[in-house]
Amino acid sequence: MSAAAAPQKSMLDLLNGFVAELRNAGLPVSLTENLDAMEAVQHIPIEDREAFKYALGATLIKNNSHWRAFETVFEVYFSLRGPEYRLADADASAIDELWREMQEQQAEENRGASGSMDALTPEEIAQMLMQALLNADQAMMRALAKQSVQRFAGMEPGRPVGGTYYLYRTLRNLDLDGMLDKLMEQAAQDAGGELTHLEERLERDEFEHRIDEFKKEIEAEIRRRLVADRGVEAMAKTLRKPLPEDVEFMHASRDEMQSLKKALQPLTRKLAARLARKRKHGRKGPLDFRNTVRHSLSYGGVPAEPKFKYPRPAKPELMVIADISGSVAAFARFTLMLVYAMQGQFSKVRSFVFIDGIDEVTEFFKSTEDIQEAIHRVNTEADVVWVDGHSDYGHAFEVFWERYGKDVGPKTTVLLLGDARNNYHASQSWVVREIRQKARHVYWLNPEPRSYWNTGDSIVGDYGNHTDGVFECRNLRQLEAFVEKLA
Amino acid sequence: MAVEPANRFESVQQVREGLKSVNYLADEGIAGVAFLADRLGKPVLVEGPAGTGKTQLAKSIAEMTGARLIRLQCYEGLDESKALYEWNYKKQLLRIQADRTSDSWSEVHDDIFSDEFLLTRPLLEAITAPDPVVLLIDEVDRVEVETEALLLEILSDYQVSIPELGTIEAKQIPLVFLTSNNTRELSEALKRRCLYLHVDYPSMEREKEIVLTKVPGVTEHLADQVSRIVRSIRMLDLKKSPSVSETLDWARTLLLLNIDTIDEQTAKETLHILLKYQTDIAKAAKELSVD
Ligand SMILES: Nc1ncnc2c1ncn2[C@@H]1O[C@H](COP(=O)(O)OP(=O)(O)O)[C@@H](O)[C@H]1O
Ligand SMILES: [Mg+2]
Repeated sequence: MSAAAAPQKSMLDLLNGFVAELRNAGLPVSLTENLDAMEAVQHIPIEDREAFKYALGATLIKNNSHWRAFETVFEVYFSLRGPEYRLADADASAIDELWREMQEQQAEENRGASGSMDALTPEEIAQMLMQALLNADQAMMRALAKQSVQRFAGMEPGRPVGGTYYLYRTLRNLDLDGMLDKLMEQAAQDAGGELTHLEERLERDEFEHRIDEFKKEIEAEIRRRLVADRGVEAMAKTLRKPLPEDVEFMHASRDEMQSLKKALQPLTRKLAARLARKRKHGRKGPLDFRNTVRHSLSYGGVPAEPKFKYPRPAKPELMVIADISGSVAAFARFTLMLVYAMQGQFSKVRSFVFIDGIDEVTEFFKSTEDIQEAIHRVNTEADVVWVDGHSDYGHAFEVFWERYGKDVGPKTTVLLLGDARNNYHASQSWVVREIRQKARHVYWLNPEPRSYWNTGDSIVGDYGNHTDGVFECRNLRQLEAFVEKLA
Repeated sequence: MAVEPANRFESVQQVREGLKSVNYLADEGIAGVAFLADRLGKPVLVEGPAGTGKTQLAKSIAEMTGARLIRLQCYEGLDESKALYEWNYKKQLLRIQADRTSDSWSEVHDDIFSDEFLLTRPLLEAITAPDPVVLLIDEVDRVEVETEALLLEILSDYQVSIPELGTIEAKQIPLVFLTSNNTRELSEALKRRCLYLHVDYPSMEREKEIVLTKVPGVTEHLADQVSRIVRSIRMLDLKKSPSVSETLDWARTLLLLNIDTIDEQTAKETLHILLKYQTDIAKAAKELSVD
């Protein structure tokens, strides 16, 4: 089908392993897509690294939220290929050259011009790095990243530690925060004194960006060395991470939180569109006689196109009651964000948050269009601590019932959010029973894995008995599925 | 497949330079996927936020290859008769009436369901075109998921089946671009047939290049400042980040106002060109002039 040369066997083997690992990482790759990838690599040389990566991605990844996972696997499988790797020697000589130049400049305090990289003190490396960052000198940054890893990471073959450890050791020796301050001082000096706020902000963003790039070079170098030491498959396995939709709310790292937040917006948009469609094209109702007759006029009076009445299911009224203590806080935030991002799908949304005291936060969301800001106010302003700031579901529920119980009605759906770890306080589960008698539905969403339920101080079963269902919501995928059913 | 891919491009580099010569600034990803689309003879699904150059990419590829652009703008309710083809009923009726006396019905039938009475719509037009064309199926996420099915035959086999006429195959494989603003998930069937390209906001350097190319008269200094500020604004948590078109609008406005250096005051006064929501404007104004 194509004129290009058949790919080399080694490339095909590599590609097969690569695709297998993508599947292991949870990415859906179909047979056609696999074949497309095999053809793609025949057309773009691997030396053309970026284009090669994107071409491969274009055949295998059809969902942008999967791109990061793809990139990680790509870096492992193809990290020992391509120009970056081979250029190692060229970079080294570039360092030598700059080093020689710098030495010439400071001839007076010259300590005997050896010119070798090994002679560089950490201070001198820092100085060169500062130059490279100031000038945005990519090649130099890359060379210094390699040099730093070699010097500071203390990598030894066969040592069973992860890349983060080496990264930490390397960065500790570089003091990049201090570097940022120095860069900012330099920028101010170059501008002849003070920077305006705007200028300062822009300079800072730029330097942070460059430092970030530099960090990425360091990570890449560490990864390359680890791959060389341990082999591709072992490394890929170590680096395997859940896709954003599968990240557990309760254990998400900062980075993962960030990618979760990014995934949330398109997700709510799609979810809302899906629900709107569901309402519109929902189950057909009884024949709409008048409408059918009206349309029959265009068929000369023949009722050729029967029209149906669409039942418009009423939108539920929602009350969300969320535990926002420690480990479940992230889950509560995400659920609130999701619910408010979709408030159009509900006729009314009210929200309450608690730890051992409870507070209504509906107003926070009403007074701004900005959900992030509302969440921020929930975190900082809501009055949720009663005694000691340890979750007390029982007390919180009691107070809820006292203050807001009268507002629960037959159109209300109540969502209770939390791990039901009650610190051995009284459960007061009768409140949930009462709520259920008045409400249309009561559901409990638990961010813990099902196997942890009712262990230790978790009493989710106790509450769950009085609800219409307890749902495991450990990640976005599960939360999305629940909300779709709900609206 | 009916025809071999055309090999319009020599290399990824050539695509990138060619696009640049028609004022489109591509990165390696965009150029790489466009190159591959030609080599594999596959359509490209371009997805990403609004105003990031997805539509323009198809237009620019057409321009650089000297091909004619055929565009199918998608919307809710788009159907076969607007996307593929339709029989020209009026003409058919006239023909039937004119021939009422002479011809037999079967002759008339064969006659009125022939090319002459066929109204070609963009998809059919693209595959029957004798000249080189680029087919742009714009904002495909706007059609209902059921309507996507109309596209599948053309995207995988470059052919259209018309019950009365049979199957019409393409004489050449056109370059096909589908764009989506990602307002809904497209079907797996559609995605499987396409190469996937996510186009995001450009890097600061590329955006600066775009400003320099698209805003005549802008200075290097202003373009630099504009793209830096836009980058900083995009890092904020906003309801809607500024798109490339908004960056360009902003640069043009600043130029009209005779501004060559953006200070905090100017930035504040013109932020509404970059940002559409009041809360976003307030947030950005605050961030850019924090004490
Ligand atoms: N890479 C680019 N090079 C040149 N112009 C661009 C680029 N990206 C965006 N633009 C300009 O930005 C504007 C919006 O692009 P458009 O293709 O309409 O966006 P989209 O289809 O993604 O919504 C157009 O004026 C386009 O020319
Ligand atoms: Mg467009």
